[in-house]
Amino acid sequence: MPRRIVLGIRGVGHRVIESVWRLGRASHFFMLMLLKSGISMRRFHLIIREIYFTGVLSLIIIVVSGLFVGMVLGLQGYETLQKYGSESAVGTLVALSLVRELGPVVAALLFASRAGSAITAEIGLMKATEQLAAMEMMAVDPIARVVAPRFWAGVISMPFLAAMFSAVGIFGGYLVTVVLIGVDEGSFWSQMQNAVDFRYDIVNGVIKTCVFGVAVTAIAVFEGYDAPPTAEGVSGATTRTVVTSSLAILGLDFVLTAFMFRGMS
Amino acid sequence: MQRTTMDLWVGLFVAAGIGALLVLALKVGNMGTYSAAQSYTLMGNFENIGGLKPRAPVKSAGVVVGRVVDIQFSPETFDAVVTMSIDSRYQFPKDTFASILTSGLLGEQYIGLAAGGDEVMLKSGDKIMKTNSAMVLEEMIGRFLFNKASENDGGKN
Repeated sequence: MPRRIVLGIRGVGHRVIESVWRLGRASHFFMLMLLKSGISMRRFHLIIREIYFTGVLSLIIIVVSGLFVGMVLGLQGYETLQKYGSESAVGTLVALSLVRELGPVVAALLFASRAGSAITAEIGLMKATEQLAAMEMMAVDPIARVVAPRFWAGVISMPFLAAMFSAVGIFGGYLVTVVLIGVDEGSFWSQMQNAVDFRYDIVNGVIKTCVFGVAVTAIAVFEGYDAPPTAEGVSGATTRTVVTSSLAILGLDFVLTAFMFRGMS
Repeated sequence: MQRTTMDLWVGLFVAAGIGALLVLALKVGNMGTYSAAQSYTLMGNFENIGGLKPRAPVKSAGVVVGRVVDIQFSPETFDAVVTMSIDSRYQFPKDTFASILTSGLLGEQYIGLAAGGDEVMLKSGDKIMKTNSAMVLEEMIGRFLFNKASENDGGKN
């Protein structure tokens, strides 16, 4: 019995040490990537190529989900608000929930599962097939050539994707409530414009998306670079990317919201 | 894929992203209707501000002319000091009357400015002298019940 307890404690200790090591490796990797991103900034076409793969190809899923999220928000908001006779406030509801929360968070979650997993799988497979080692043999730094462009491409794409998500979502809400249900168009827009503040709501939303973009792509490139060079390792790393970045998005969203919207009503 | 086609797509993507941000700022937000670029500040002391909040609109004749910037409690006069930022296109006379009003029955509260007839205009940092407090529902009901009760008493005697 005491032996079991010792084994259990040892297991806990092992895990803690392992995760601290991992955290250290991640910070070291992140610093190294930032230091070497000057080289990839000078070869900007590498970043443009990655923006095409992470940003442009994510557009369809972002736009379609944004449209449907906005339409559902419009329907549900109308359903509840018309009980109180204030269905013209549905524009405010759709715009505020999209710009403040749903736009940044849902766009980042979709981005993590569509682009983040792809980045991890690509870098992990490059490592497993020893392409990264081959690059190093040719005196090409894999962090500057492979990792940093993907990171910056994700950081640049994320705010644009979230802005498109919000804009399309508001259009979806407009379609459902104004065009289909017949809420007054003028009060839909004017109530929205009265309630949504540029500095307070829109800029804060953009700040959120920038933070999420950094978090998601940093996790994705690190998981790929740190993956065990086997088929199993790459699949595990891809799963971890999606899980960790989703949790990171939700946790960071709470922290950011607490700082941004505290005490103001 | 050709590098030029990729550049084109990325260019379109960035343009669409900036376009979406502009739509959010101008069509959804209040950048198009009110900008704080040129404005001047006015102050006003109110006995009771009710539910007035920072960023609430300041209206005159129903038109938004500015916003509430700050609300502080003054420990000297024991009332609320409201700082407003007014669009500098609109000037108001010295004897302007400021009152806290409610839009609709349950709507938000805002400051209504009713212009007076003075020749001299208010300058930045000036204090509006004539103010009217917010209506507090409980006080109103209380006064109404009190009046009703005293009327009934008068009828009996």
